[in-house]
Amino acid sequence: MSSTPLVKISNLNFAYESRPILTGINLEIPRGKLVAIMGTSGCGKTTLLRLIGGQLRASAGEVLVDGQNVAALDNAALFKLRRRMGMLFQFGALFTDLSVFDNVAFPLRENTNLSEDLIRDLVLMKLHAVGLRGAHRLMPNELSGGMARRVALARGIALDPMLMMYDEPFAGLDPISLAITGELIRKLNDALGASSIMVTHDVPESLKIVDYIYFMAGGKVVAEGTPDDIRNSTDPFVHQFIWGEPDGPVPFHYPAPAYAGELIGGRGIHA
Amino acid sequence: MSRTTLDLWVGFFVALGLAALLFLALKVGNLTHSGGGESYALQARFGNIGGLKVRAPVKSAGVVVGRVADIRFDPESYQALVTLDVEARYQFPRDTFATINTSGLLGEQYIGFEVGGDEALLKAGDTIKKTQDAMVLEKLISQFMYNKASEEPSK
Amino acid sequence: MLDTLRGALTRLGWRVTSRVQRLGQASRFLVAILLGSGTAWRRFSLITRELYYTGVLSLIIILVSGLFVGMVLGLQGYDTLQRYGSSSALGVLVALSLVRELGPVVSALLFASRAGSAITAEVGLMRATEQLSAMEMMAVDPVARVVAPRFWAGVISMPLLAALFSAIGVFGGYLVGVVLIGVDEGSFWSQMQSAVDFRLDIVNGVIKSFVFGVLVSWIAVFEGFHAAPSAEGVSAATTRTVVTSALAILASDFVLTAFMFTGA
Repeated sequence: MSSTPLVKISNLNFAYESRPILTGINLEIPRGKLVAIMGTSGCGKTTLLRLIGGQLRASAGEVLVDGQNVAALDNAALFKLRRRMGMLFQFGALFTDLSVFDNVAFPLRENTNLSEDLIRDLVLMKLHAVGLRGAHRLMPNELSGGMARRVALARGIALDPMLMMYDEPFAGLDPISLAITGELIRKLNDALGASSIMVTHDVPESLKIVDYIYFMAGGKVVAEGTPDDIRNSTDPFVHQFIWGEPDGPVPFHYPAPAYAGELIGGRGIHA
Repeated sequence: MSRTTLDLWVGFFVALGLAALLFLALKVGNLTHSGGGESYALQARFGNIGGLKVRAPVKSAGVVVGRVADIRFDPESYQALVTLDVEARYQFPRDTFATINTSGLLGEQYIGFEVGGDEALLKAGDTIKKTQDAMVLEKLISQFMYNKASEEPSK
Repeated sequence: MLDTLRGALTRLGWRVTSRVQRLGQASRFLVAILLGSGTAWRRFSLITRELYYTGVLSLIIILVSGLFVGMVLGLQGYDTLQRYGSSSALGVLVALSLVRELGPVVSALLFASRAGSAITAEVGLMRATEQLSAMEMMAVDPVARVVAPRFWAGVISMPLLAALFSAIGVFGGYLVGVVLIGVDEGSFWSQMQSAVDFRLDIVNGVIKSFVFGVLVSWIAVFEGFHAAPSAEGVSAATTRTVVTSALAILASDFVLTAFMFTGA
């Protein structure tokens, strides 16, 4: 396999209507690696995943996945590319009207012509990999949050993707589920020989499992490095984020006019 | 719910819906009577058709035998030219008498055929010679009043 | 003064342009549905499943409402007709009002609030919980897989439900008129049969309900698919489906009636 990175993003800009979300992003996901993108809520991390998956198109710059410019693909080519991508959505996004088994079988049934016997074996294998083979009859509303996340993970890897994307895989999980999910993400990445990109703001869990980290703030990449680099970083933003300090480069206050002036000359607000 | 139960219910639903359509067509509507049946056209002229409408029934001895297909004003004879679609299975003599009747005092108007004794039968496109106009209520009343008025002095 | 006028005009202009924009969006969506219908018709089980939810589950409300509407028509119709001594025309009155107007229109209104709102809520929830996005990322087109089957199930169900509504309504009128009040049974049916025309009345009624089926299903899937991805978004979309459908049904009913039953 070539040594070019699987995903290469250069000078990417994206604006929603006229509001800029991402500006001048440069980022690489090397093959076989697990990369985390960290940042405060609402800094455009999820948007970045959607740009890689082709659900959004960049305003400027390009996203190359396996050498293909995602924004330039037509629908058929985009769908072909997506068959080689897996994505875990924030809360799993399981199909609520299908059982666990049918959820995992969904991408196989829709995208392949495999026999139902073979699909059954594949589904049970994927479910076994996430430890939920015994739950294949359950409906999504009978699962806990952590279990739903793991079923969605099994569904994401059903087609053995070359690229896995995780959108906030740790959000809302209890510590045990969180540890299980983190370990699964790492193990699956290595077992599949895939590359993974994980959007998260869970610092300790990510530092344990990832190979490389990008920090984003205000739609820009502000810092990057290996977990060790990050732990020892002197960058004030990274420091604030890692140690969870309430004030710093990311201010506690939303931008506002001077406090004293607004309280005393208070008429200004409602006029 | 399993596939088969679901399919069964949907099958039941579709069958029920089609049965309802069939009921509407056969029992409520008159598909069996006129829809698509063979018919032939006759014409008749009237001095006054009153409130006769297109699709009004044509009856003979009280039985519906056809419908009014078209009503037009004939600028040459200054009469109403009415085209009738009569069911092909019913034949009428040449001297059939067409009248415009009213069902009840205020009901809808229809064309009645009173059958004559001619051996020859009406063919498609023929014109019925003997017709009687619609009774116009206002005329009847004024006639009645006039008669009453002229009777009065002799009493 | 001038400022408020300008403000009002701007708001009006904005409302008009946004409505027109939405209409254009909806039309493009309809085209996308029609283009993406291949999958649904090839794998008919997708439509069958939705037929269960839109059709079978609407049966009860349609049948019960139809029966009651027919019974009310029987009572009211008899009361009016007997003043003119023509109570034998009760069958005609009941059948014509049902087949031409009440059957298609009332069943479409019920369908919009029963099945239409359910479709919007379901599709909207799939939007809010990212199920539609997930499907896209699995290289499956949600318009073809989720929207088209629901649309076609609605289009198929509507005429069947309207026919059931009319049929059971006529039965309800018969129940009240003939069984309860004692109108002559023979004249009830025979007058009905001679006055109700298959092509003019029944076929036109079916055409109406087909059009309503297209409108309601279209509105329902459009609102659901484009719902704002939140709980409020889904509930607002559901309300819009019911309101927009009702307006669309009544307005298009007027247009259709004007074309169908005048001049002939």
